[in-house]
Amino acid sequence: MTLTTTSFDWVRQLVHRESAIVLQPGKEYLVEARLLPIARQAGLADVSQFVESVRSRPSPDDTRAIVEALTTNETSWFRDGDPFTALTSTVLPALLAARGPNERLQIWSAACSSGQEAYTIGMLLEDALPNAASRVSITATDISREMVQRTRAGRFSQLEVNRGLPAPMLVRHFVRAGNEWEVAPQLRRMVTASECNLAAPLPRMGPFDVVYLRNVLIYFDLPTKQAILRRVRDLMRPDGWLFLGAAETTLGVDDSWERVVVGRSSAYRPLKGK
Amino acid sequence: MRALVIDDSRAMRRIVSGILEGLGYETRQAGHGREGLDVLETGWVPDLACVDWNMPVMDGLQFVSAVRSNPALRSMTIMMVTSESEHTQIVRALAAGAHEYVIKPFTADAIRDKLALLGLLPQEAVL
Repeated sequence: MTLTTTSFDWVRQLVHRESAIVLQPGKEYLVEARLLPIARQAGLADVSQFVESVRSRPSPDDTRAIVEALTTNETSWFRDGDPFTALTSTVLPALLAARGPNERLQIWSAACSSGQEAYTIGMLLEDALPNAASRVSITATDISREMVQRTRAGRFSQLEVNRGLPAPMLVRHFVRAGNEWEVAPQLRRMVTASECNLAAPLPRMGPFDVVYLRNVLIYFDLPTKQAILRRVRDLMRPDGWLFLGAAETTLGVDDSWERVVVGRSSAYRPLKGK
Repeated sequence: MRALVIDDSRAMRRIVSGILEGLGYETRQAGHGREGLDVLETGWVPDLACVDWNMPVMDGLQFVSAVRSNPALRSMTIMMVTSESEHTQIVRALAAGAHEYVIKPFTADAIRDKLALLGLLPQEAVL
């Protein structure tokens, strides 16, 4: 049975209420694909039955499972590599020049999914900076408890390490663990993972020197985009750097950012006095 | 762009060649390292060689070493595509002169991601 309009609308409202993510009409296929494994796990034959059963008797575990299934996204190492090149070529030298030798740099991978972005940043810094672990801390957050646990574990399947992780970095920063690959201890120590809903008031964190908030804003409506950018800015150092996804911008959303071109990438920096 | 696909499994050669052709590559195939060298000796020098490890006659590692000892083939990028998945084996292949390493089983996206890293994604295939 295909997803009914009532079930789809209920899921849309739930996801919007819990995460502020907007599921446009026409995304029924996405709901079906993402929820089918959970429906089967619950012993039900299709997604409609599953949604109806949760709708009639909502439980926190089931609603969380639905929101998580619809808010986690595919990720790969060095995804859209230019913002990583910008980090080592421009941002890191600028920050090292501006900060004292004992000041720790703080980097935030917001909506970190299973941790590839946070560990990619960590690998680059380890390769570029002596004693990176004592100079830099990386905060990785995601709305999904499962993704946060995966990031903390730092274990990746063979298929996952095949997705854009350069082989020289694999052998330098990972160890084999059964059929999986595990992030080496010194790299894992750089990354702290926690749950965080970007659409709600943020926990006390930072102040961050660099924020990677990529391919996140595209899922939100304009008022939520504005609120997220305001909250992120509040957690950043005044001379910090924000990286968005290639298809995202602050232009027309929030005028308190200055867009700067860094190599083949764009970064956004807080405008003074705004 | 040109790619040479070396694998003793005809099915695997077809899969890898199919992915590369879908990205705009012109491909040739060889069943082991020696056959691969024979192709190169005809003067057909590819931008990329995708090479299995375990093959009869000449294995992938021997092929990599032979190519790396020939200055005329210096510009050729070599990517191992193999089920050998131990840390030490990847280190050996890189030390011998392979640039990248894809472990079987893999998806078409994995090949594409690696080519993007190597700057070997034909322009029309870049999204």
